[in-house]
Amino acid sequence: MRVFDAKNTLILGLMGFGGFLLLWTLLAISGLIPSLFLPSPLAVAERFVYLLDNRFAGGTLIDHLWASLLRFAGGFGLAVVIGVPLGLLMGWFRLLDDIVTPLFDAVRFIAPIAWVPFAALWFGTGIGGPIMIIFAGAFPPCLINAYRGAKFADPRLIEAGRMLGTPDHRMISEILLPSAVPSIIAGLRISAGLGWQSLVGAELIVASTGIGYMMVQGQGNVSTTTVMAGMIGIGIIGLIIDIILRRTEEIILRRRGLAH
Amino acid sequence: MGAIRFDDVGRFYGNKTGGFQALKGVNLEISDKEFMAVVGPSGCGKTTLLRFVAGFDRPSSGTVSVNGIRVTKPGPDRAVVFQQFALMPWKTVRENIDLGLRNIGIARAERQSRIAATLQLMNLTGHADAFPHQLSGGMQQRVSIARAWVLDPEVLLMDEPFGALDAQTRVVMQEELVRLARRNPRTVMFITHAVEEAVYLADRVAIMARQPGRIKEIIDIRPIREAEGWDAHEKIEDVMDLESFVHLRTRIWRSLREEKAMELA
Repeated sequence: MRVFDAKNTLILGLMGFGGFLLLWTLLAISGLIPSLFLPSPLAVAERFVYLLDNRFAGGTLIDHLWASLLRFAGGFGLAVVIGVPLGLLMGWFRLLDDIVTPLFDAVRFIAPIAWVPFAALWFGTGIGGPIMIIFAGAFPPCLINAYRGAKFADPRLIEAGRMLGTPDHRMISEILLPSAVPSIIAGLRISAGLGWQSLVGAELIVASTGIGYMMVQGQGNVSTTTVMAGMIGIGIIGLIIDIILRRTEEIILRRRGLAH
Repeated sequence: MGAIRFDDVGRFYGNKTGGFQALKGVNLEISDKEFMAVVGPSGCGKTTLLRFVAGFDRPSSGTVSVNGIRVTKPGPDRAVVFQQFALMPWKTVRENIDLGLRNIGIARAERQSRIAATLQLMNLTGHADAFPHQLSGGMQQRVSIARAWVLDPEVLLMDEPFGALDAQTRVVMQEELVRLARRNPRTVMFITHAVEEAVYLADRVAIMARQPGRIKEIIDIRPIREAEGWDAHEKIEDVMDLESFVHLRTRIWRSLREEKAMELA
């Protein structure tokens, strides 16, 4: 039954993709829309392959993606390293929760892009600024999901921990953290998505390398195929990041005996 | 001096305008190395009494003390065995048992030998590296008892520990617990609603009534058990067949049933 379902899902997914490509191709070759406004899928694919080993705006597509990915790793890593422990601590210490939550609830509604001027001012447009913007996007889900995971830990396990005389640090690292892992991983997936989106947004404005920068240069050169090739690169990397996190989630759940 | 003492303990839920008196005027003394079973209908507050001793909840009036010290918070001197086991699913059997020992700061070598001894005592040897979800319910509850037992606590608090097990497993666990308790007597507070279990396991049985929850009667099993030589029987069904057992069980049943009748009237 499950195999059948999985197969069906795959077929439906491919049909969605195929339908989209067909519609796009028909629109592009119908001549209703000028090719500058909507390049055909074939032209985009050609450009994509060309950019793989030809330099544009200071590097190949791979170079730009790599530069973006490093920035992403920096900002996302920082968000995880700060957000997850802080969320767990807030889930355990009521006082910290009461102090941080109101501030956090206000700040998290500011879109990451809104930080661009200050990010550039404080950390420059090279590495620091973009990292700060990714951090602004990736941090809230890390914190919220670690916090919720800790808050919703099985109260019976917490009572068991307390009756065993478990000190706070061990309560957090050996009971709350493992309890929160599924929630944290779900948070990391959201966080990675938002971080990756924020990064490209940031690179459209600041930075002199990266996939966003390449797309802005493409726009400047009126090369819409370059912009679209960049969009595809963003999509592929985003998908790969999500697949890696999803796999991690599966492995952890299976080890717990929670997966079916 | 009693190991566990309840002095005029009450618990009230609600506020000034209205509420619910869950427990009222509970006085109970469980002596050192005594196995006390507490039976009562559901909602009589028997689990709440245990939670007071564990330090999870506090009475709204009266005091609960262990060895003369008033209980204020949970601690490894009052180990709890929960109905739903409450084992850490991400820890192996050994790691689950080890946590309490690490918390009280015991050196690694001693921890290892104490864990090995407890695993043997609880028939768990060979399962030290298994995760809880790989074990049956009975095995998981053995781990949970081992986790409490290894700490050599002042008192052992058992909250319907066999309530979640199937009938066959429950019988095996009851027999094992009797052997364990008679060989190494501990102060045990054992909550159950199964009368036979209480009579079979305990030195004394406290019968509770409800609305408000209170101790109705305490029955001493020990003199009869010793006079009739219950512990010479290896199997629980042989003990349950004895006239003296049936007599005690019926007496407790009646006491509980009077409660029910009053409630219906």
